[in-house]
Parts: sequence; C-alpha cells; structure tokens
Amino acid sequence: MLKTLAGLGRGGLQALECLGRAHLLLVGILGGLPDLLMRPRPLVLQIHDIGVRSVLIVAVSGLFVGMVLGLQGHHVLSAFGAEESLGLMVATSLVRELGPVVTALLVAGRAGSALTAEIGLMKATDQLSALEMMAVDPVRRVLTPRFFGGLVAMPLLAAMFSTVGVMGGWFVGVGLLGVDDGAFWSQMQFGIDWDGDLRGGIVKSLVFGVLVSWIALFQGYDALPTSYGVSRATTRSVVHSALAVLGLDFVLTALMFGE
Amino acid sequence: MARARRIEILVGVFMLAGCLALFFLAMKVSNLGVAATGDGYRLTARFDNVGSLKVRAPVSMAGVRIGRVEGIGFDKETYQAVVTLHVDRQFDTIPVDSFASIFTAGLLGEQYVSLDPGGEEEFLRDGGQIGHTQSALVLEQLVGQLLFSKAEEGSE
Repeated sequence: MLKTLAGLGRGGLQALECLGRAHLLLVGILGGLPDLLMRPRPLVLQIHDIGVRSVLIVAVSGLFVGMVLGLQGHHVLSAFGAEESLGLMVATSLVRELGPVVTALLVAGRAGSALTAEIGLMKATDQLSALEMMAVDPVRRVLTPRFFGGLVAMPLLAAMFSTVGVMGGWFVGVGLLGVDDGAFWSQMQFGIDWDGDLRGGIVKSLVFGVLVSWIALFQGYDALPTSYGVSRATTRSVVHSALAVLGLDFVLTALMFGE
Repeated sequence: MARARRIEILVGVFMLAGCLALFFLAMKVSNLGVAATGDGYRLTARFDNVGSLKVRAPVSMAGVRIGRVEGIGFDKETYQAVVTLHVDRQFDTIPVDSFASIFTAGLLGEQYVSLDPGGEEEFLRDGGQIGHTQSALVLEQLVGQLLFSKAEEGSE
C-alpha cells in the first residue's frame, strides 16, 4: 500500500521535474533569440531542413485530404440537396482544423523525430560538451535556430496544406462530381471569415510550431546519452508531440471557436 | 558555396510559397477579398423582430449583395431592434422611402436583409434611416397563427 503511494509520488515528482527542466530549456532557447537575429544564417539552414524538406509530404497529404473531403462531403451534402456548400465544408474543415493539426502531426513525424535524434546523438557523442568546452553555449548555438526554424516553418506549411487541400476538394467537387464552380467559391467566401476562421487557424499552427519544436528539442537534450536513450527519446518525441497537439487543439478550439 | 546559395534560394522559394498560400486563403477562400472594400456608408433600420439575423450577414438589393450588417442593437425606449447596415460606396442611389425586410436564404439558410427600392427622387445618405421595415418571420409565430385560425374555423 505505502509502496504504491510512494511509487505514485515519485512518478509525479519526476514528471514535474521533467516539466521544470523543459521550461528552463525553453527560457534558454528564447534567450538566444537576439544572437540569432544578428546572425540569421543558421535559421535559414533550419528552415530548409524543417520546412522546405517537409513541403512534399505536406502538399501530397493536403491534396489527398482535400480530395477525400470532397468525396465524402459530397456524399453527405447531396442527401440534403446542398452540394453547393461543398466548398464551404471542405474549406472550413481544412482552415480551422485539418490544416494546422495534420501539418503539426506530419512535421512532428518528419522533422521532430529527426531533431530529437540529432540532438540526442550530439549529446551521446559529447559534441554538446565539446561546445561547452569552447565556451560556446550549445543551447543558444544549436537549439535556438532549430526552435525558431520550426516556429517559422509551421504556419507556412499549414497554409500550403489548406491551399492544396482546397484545390483537391475543388478538383473532386467541381471537376469530377459536377458541383457548380461559382457556387463552390462563393459559398466558401461567404462562410469563411478572415477574422475568426483564418486567423484562428494561423494562431493554432503557431502554437503547434512552438509545441512540436520544443518537445522535440527537449527530448533530444534530455535523452540518456546512450543508443537506447536516443531511440527512446525519439519515440517519446513523436508520441508526446502528437498527444500535446491533439489535446491542445481541443482547448484552442474551445477557446477560439466555442460559443 | 554553391550549395549554400541553393539552400538560400530554396528557403526563399519556400517562404514565398507559404505567403502566397496565405494570400490565396485570405483572398480566394475567406471573405477578406469580398469585404475588404471597406469604403461605404451606414444606414439604420428598426425592426420589431430580427429573428436570428447575425452581424456580418449580407445586405442585398434585387438579390445582389451590396453590403453587410454591421451591428444589431436594442432600443429600450421603443422595444425595437436597431440594425446598422454598411452599404458599399458605389451603391449610393437608394431612395429614402426604400423598404427593408429580413428574409431567409433557402429553407434553413442564414437570414439576410433585403432592400426594396422606393420611388422617391431623394437618396439615403450616411446615417440615414430606413423607415419601412418588415420583421423576420419567426416559424413558431406562423405555426401559432395557423393553429389559431384553424381553431377559429372549427368553433364556427
């Protein structure tokens, strides 16, 4: 009995400790921002690694998600004789939810895991300690550009996802299923609001950008410096990112779109 | 050096594509492109009942969208709803005796304000008020009236 309680307490304390370390790391990362703005070269490299290299998977997923939404939406809407609202349905679900969330999940899997493995291996092979030996702060020098690279890349990728998705929905709806072209766009423009829907989506993807890069970097920086530790950290990075994104998405949706 | 240059160019293209995507979403998908005209004038209309009219609902004339609902207030003196309409600058020839009604788009659609032009030579200006209005049809009231008239027929 007491043993179970002690185990529970230890687990809770460890979780809190972990959270504390993560926040200290975040403060360190943010502290490197002035340096990074003075010398933006590493940021460009990281935007290339995290953003440019994810474009293909994000665009292809967006296209297919949009096309599936077009097919399924048409199926449901035609039962009510409201096929014209297909554009509105596709665009609302993409801009509000699927764009930011699916992009965040894809980036967590494609770039977040790579970040964790990279930082974890740097730690395991004592590269981070070597930087410290040379009086270079590894957090500011190595982690800060990666963090802001993810933060910049995420909203842009989400916007591309939504755009390509809308086009996929348009292709299926207007091209294959014969929905009226004008009604498709006008219903969309009529129903989607810049202030509420679009800005909400951008805020979401910014939050997810912070979340995914932060979790990936922390898991790498906090990994046990062994091959087992790095593999565990990489797994944890993807799992935690996905859970955090989905959970926080609910909270953000309730805050921004809930009545 | 060539590789570094290539990365810089790729990142530039990436940023540009992202911004273009945002621009596309703003202009083509959302109502920013439509409502961005911004320039226009305000009219007010008093209704006994606005039903479920919402702010930003369209204002149309002959079925063409000419503006949007900017605000819905309540006048506690007359117990009427005061609806502020924002009409685009180019549609500045609305006669002073025009008629404003609240209709529903389709059977279950959103409610909008429809303006029917009157016959006066004088036109409404900024801050003008539309005198003749017709309230929204509330389904429950209609059903109630129907039941009432049926009951009257039955009692005769």
